[in-house]
Formats: sequence, C-alpha cells, structure tokens
Amino acid sequence: MIQAIVFLPLLAAIIAGLGQRVIGNVPSKILTTGALFTSCALSWPIFLSFVTGSGEATVTPVLHWVSSGALQFNWELRVDTLTAVMLVVITTVSALVHLYSWGYMEEDPDQPRFFAYLSLFTFAMLMLVTANNLVQMFFGWEGVGLASYLLIGFWYKKPSANAAAIKAFVVNRVGDLGFMLGIFGTFLVFGTVSIPEILAAAPGMAGSTISFMGMRLDTMTILCLLLFIGAMGKSAQLGLHTWLPDAMEGPTPVSALIHAATMVTAGVFMVCRLSPMFETSEVAQGVVMFVGAATCFFAATVATTQWDIKRVIAYSTCSQLGYMFFAAGAGAYGAAMFHLFTHAFFKALLFLGAGSVIHAMHHEQDMRYYGNLRKSIPITYWAMMLGTLAITGVGIAGVAGFAGFYSKDGILEAAFASGGGGVVAFWVGIFVAFLTSFYSWRLVFLTFYGKPRWEQSEHIQHAVHGDHHDHPSDEHAGDDHAHAHHHDTHSDGTAGYHPHESPISMLIPLVVLSIGAVFAGIAFHHQFIYPEEGMAFWKGSLAFDEHLMHAAHEVPLWVKWTPFTVMAIGLFLAWNSYIRNTSLPARFVAQFKLLHQFLYNKWYFDELYNILFVKPAFAIGRFFWKRGDEGTIDRFGPDGAAALVAGGTRLAVRLQSGYVYGYAFVMLLGLVGLASWAMVNFL
Amino acid sequence: MISVGHYLAVSAVLFTLGVLGIFINRKNIIVILMAIELILLAVNINLVAFSAALGDLVGQVFSMFVLTVAAGEAAIGLAILVIYFRGRGTIAVDDANRMKG
Repeated sequence: MIQAIVFLPLLAAIIAGLGQRVIGNVPSKILTTGALFTSCALSWPIFLSFVTGSGEATVTPVLHWVSSGALQFNWELRVDTLTAVMLVVITTVSALVHLYSWGYMEEDPDQPRFFAYLSLFTFAMLMLVTANNLVQMFFGWEGVGLASYLLIGFWYKKPSANAAAIKAFVVNRVGDLGFMLGIFGTFLVFGTVSIPEILAAAPGMAGSTISFMGMRLDTMTILCLLLFIGAMGKSAQLGLHTWLPDAMEGPTPVSALIHAATMVTAGVFMVCRLSPMFETSEVAQGVVMFVGAATCFFAATVATTQWDIKRVIAYSTCSQLGYMFFAAGAGAYGAAMFHLFTHAFFKALLFLGAGSVIHAMHHEQDMRYYGNLRKSIPITYWAMMLGTLAITGVGIAGVAGFAGFYSKDGILEAAFASGGGGVVAFWVGIFVAFLTSFYSWRLVFLTFYGKPRWEQSEHIQHAVHGDHHDHPSDEHAGDDHAHAHHHDTHSDGTAGYHPHESPISMLIPLVVLSIGAVFAGIAFHHQFIYPEEGMAFWKGSLAFDEHLMHAAHEVPLWVKWTPFTVMAIGLFLAWNSYIRNTSLPARFVAQFKLLHQFLYNKWYFDELYNILFVKPAFAIGRFFWKRGDEGTIDRFGPDGAAALVAGGTRLAVRLQSGYVYGYAFVMLLGLVGLASWAMVNFL
Repeated sequence: MISVGHYLAVSAVLFTLGVLGIFINRKNIIVILMAIELILLAVNINLVAFSAALGDLVGQVFSMFVLTVAAGEAAIGLAILVIYFRGRGTIAVDDANRMKG
C-alpha cells in the first residue's frame, strides 16, 4: 500500500509529463489528480491507524541501492507515526492543490507540464518523508528542490520568475552543502547512514569530540549544526530565507503546496526525525531555538509592511516555520510537528484563498487596490476568514478553538515550560503572536472590507477597458473569468468592475481545507502534544519529552491566556488602523519613516547579500573571465595562434604583388643565391 | 689587344643593364621585352667570345640558335602585347597586376 502511495504520483508525473502530446490535456490532468486522490485515500487509513494506536512502524524494502564496503543502504519505505503525519499532510494538500489547479490554470497552454511537475514534487516529498536512511532523504530533499525550481520558473517567459527560480535553487544549495557535510560526518562517526542505527548510537557519542576544520569540537554539536544548516535552507530560516518571498513568482497553487504547506516543512521534519541526535547536544538545540525565534520575529515584522497579498502570506509562512523550529529547539518536537500539521491546512487555505482573490481581481496582487470584496466573493471570504482565525490562534483555553490555537499555544507553553532560553523564546513568540494577528487581520481588512479601491489598479483597468493584452503565457496566463462591464461612472472606486467567484474546482479545496483549519487542532491535539497520549501516539518516532509536555500543561493560567490576549490586541489594532481610522497607517509611517523603510525593505537582507556575496562573486567571475580567460589563456592560446597565422599571411600577401617583375626579381635572387651556394661548395 | 676579359666585361655590363631594365623599368612592357633581348645578346657575346678564344665553332652555332629563339620570342611577345593592349587599353607595367593574390 505504501508503495502505491509513493509511486502513483511518480507514475502519473511520468505519463503526464512525457506523454502529454499523446494523451492530451484533460487525460493528463485526470491522471495526475486521480493518482493524488488515490494516494490521499490510502494515506488517511494509515494515519488513523496510528491515531487509534493500532498502527505499527514498518519498513518496506523496495530496491537494493548501494553496497560498497562499509557503505550500504537500500531504497526503503519507512512508515511510522512521524511519516504517517507527513503522508496525510502531503497527499491531502497536494490532491486539493491538483484539483484547485483545474480552475486556476484553466487557460494556461502548458497544463500537463504543470500537473506533471506537481505530481513529481509530491513523489519527491513522499520519498523524503519515508526515507529510512539519510541518502534517500537527501534524494527526496534534492527532488523537491528541483520540482520547486521547475515550478517557480513555470512561466519561464517571465524574467522575474526565472530569477526567482535560480535564487531559490542557489540559496538551497548553500543549505544542501551543510546537509551533505552532515551526512558525510554522520557516516564518518557512526559508520552507517541508516537513520534507526544512527539514532540508536547517537546518545553513546554524546560528549565525544571530532576534529573539524582544525578545531576539536563536540561531535554531536557539529553534526547537528551541519544538518540544521540544511534544514535552514529548505525551511527558509533567517539567513537563508531570502528565496522564499521571491518564490511567490510561481503560480499560486505552487505557493500553497510547496512554499507553504509541504516542502518548506522538510527542515522541521528532518529535525524531528533526527530529534534523538539533537537531544544529545545542548548547543545545537540552543542554536535551533535561537534561529527559530529570530526568524519568527524577523518575518512577522516584515509581513506587517508588505502590500503584495502573496508576500504577506509568504513572510507569515517564514514566521510560522520559526515557531516550529523554536519548539523543536525547546525539545517539544511533538508540538513542532503539531504546528506543522495544522499550519499545512490553514496556510494552504490562506494561499489558495489568496489565489482565488487574485483570480477574481484579474491578477492584481496589491492589497492597496482591493477592498470590499466580501460581498463579491463570499465563499472565498469565509474561507480566508476561517484561515485567519486559525493562524491567529483564536480559541478559549480549555474549551475549544481553531487549529492554530492548539498548536501555537502548545509551542508557547512548551517553550515557557522548558525554562532558560525557552522563556526568552516564549516572550518573542508572544510578541510575534501579536504581530501575526495584526498582519493577518490587516490582510483581511484591506482585502474584504472598506471601500473598493480597484480603479487605481492597472490590471483592473485592463479588464474594464477590454484590452486584449497579448501576453500569451506570462502572468496573465491563467486568465480568469471575471467579466468586466464598462460603466461611465467611476465614482464608487470599482471602475465598473465586477469580481466573480472562482469556479467550483477552486472552491472545493477551500471548503475542505477550511474544515481542516477549524478541526485539525481540536481533533488531534491529544495525540500530538498531551503527555501520555503523545507517548503512545509517537511510539518513539521522535524524541517525545513526556516531562516537558507535562510541565507545559501545568504552566500558570496567565501563560495560557496571554497569546489570546495579544491576538485580541492585534485584531483591535488592525481594525482601528484599516477600518475605523484609515489615515492612521499613513500617519504612523510618516512618524517612523526609518523603521518603516527598514521593515518594508525586509531588513535590507537582499541588499546586504548583494554587497556581501553577489557583487564579489560577479567581480571574481569578471576577473577570471576578462583577465584569466580572455587575457591569458585565449591571448596566448587559440587567439595568439590565430593572430600569428593572420600576421604571417599578411606578410606573404604583400609578396604576392601581382607584378611580373616582382616575381622575376625573386627568381633572380634565388638564382643568384643558388649559384653562390654552388660556387662556394663545388668550386 | 682585346682579350676575352674585355668581351666578358662588355657582356656583363649589357647583362646587368638588361636585368635592371626589367626591374627598374616602370613604364611599359615593350621595354621589358627589349631588356630581355639585351640579356640574350649579352649571352651571345659571351658565347661568341669563348668560341673565338677556344677555336670551337659550337659556341657560334649555339649563338645562332639563341638569335633564332630571341626573334621568335620577340614576335610572340609583341603579339601577346598587342592582344593585351586590345583587352586592357594599356601596356603600363604597373597596371599589369592581375596575378595579385
């Protein structure tokens, strides 16, 4: 069964990708979507068997792979609780995104390619989460990177999409280098790449030292940090996060699937999978917690100032991943996985909702040109509303709440209970919860409330005036059905434009994910984070700290209520700024111009990297190109030889004057020479 | 007494004049033909001088052949020149550069 789950998407991807000309558009779409729904249908029973406690961890061999001396590993599919959680997340979101893409990509000329990439991505992600050894995990790791590259650059005629795709790939390579070094180091230390064997041997290696770059360092710390660098790259943590916001150049379903719900959580999954290793190094855990908290804070501050609806959600993703990492750093791996699980639902919901809004607004992504959309696209509005309620963590402690309420509060309580640096992380988390609430409600209020501000948008103007833009497959590729009617009166700010609700294939995923965003928390929080049930649920597939989770449930009441309180403050502030007194944000920006510039430009990370890495890299490249290649190798090599020949010929040409007497003269000289030579030698 | 050396000196002067006539002349091709004629005559003087000095008639017979060939050469050369002039309208040496590579 697990083989079917993993390999059906691959099969569908191959057939749809290579055979699209033969079988046509619609069959490719049916095939890939059908394969994914089958995978999804097969995954849920596995997950539910673990929830009810009847599931057992299994390892299914697939193929022999490498057997070379001490290095031996095979293709194997491992299914345990951790994998089962990931399986349902991946297949569910992926299946829904496939369905959603029927509507969203309807008018794109390259649909089979798109669906094939989506299925290929799903396969790679499934390989990653079912890996029983680090090399197979790395295979999946690179596979999702490739699929992400292909999908970000799906509209390859758009230069910005190509640039974003390259950026994502290159930044991920930096992380991958860390991951690779980690794998090499692990093999060096443990003599195996099999994950269960490594985890079993890890506690025995605690305290030993290893020589790394000329220094004696703690073995486990260095291994964990190297692996964590890989996780940072894939999960867009501070420092290696710059690719994620740019990745929004891809089609919105891709953003929902890859850059919000699944691929970016691979880092969190890896840390949880290897949690017994991280447990052996205090330093590594501290670094994970610090980086997580820093990312969480950084991304949330940036999200409050962005205008592009997808960028706000992208930074929000970055920030939520930070939450997961600081939970892992605090030792609450169960809570990290729980947040991953719920986040997948509500973040995919938010992204697909945003896609639906963009679709309705004729590909306008700037929230400044939205407003008052709740009556035009009510289903999208309600879906986004539920997603926002989930991400901001609305709920009443001890009674009920949306999905994000359980997972986020679980993380904050665990961080508080872990003491030490965890308390600092807790306060950072509280502040970020406030920011999360503010930017999420800001998004909702700007988009769905207030007066329509559509008329300033170029996209809307295009639509209204019926300009038949001739960009066959760039950002207008998946053009929508929002029919425009021209009106002479533009005084209402709508520019005479009527947004239409998205087609049914886009609304079904929204509805299904809404259910997840509402109930994923309340349904499963016992299994994921409660001490006793958690122990029974996880069955040792990650380092579940029962004492910590106990302590997390015993935290003071104010700790449980603070997240909700700051959420309410954020909500009020957003309402005050964007509904009641709409001139407030502008005045605030004028007051704190520097701060706003700093945040609006994303802490100047891109500029900093430009100066630190990109420009020197270009300079080095130019030096080797101009001086090294053109100046030395070419000059003395091929170019030099060619110049020598050309110069020689030019001299020879000068001899060929065409005058008879010239030739006669040369003949005479030769004759004289020959005669002289004969006289000297023979007389 | 006029010795072989004197004849050879005259012949050498004529020969040099002929050669220089070919190379230094930039005017027209007839002069080149004349210069060739001069070279041949210089050779003839050599042949005759040695023939007389050595008492061997072969040299003088050979000079007769040379004269015959020179006459034929002059005739063919002038004929070519006439055709050439018809074709190009000039017999200036500097214009005869069609063989330039």
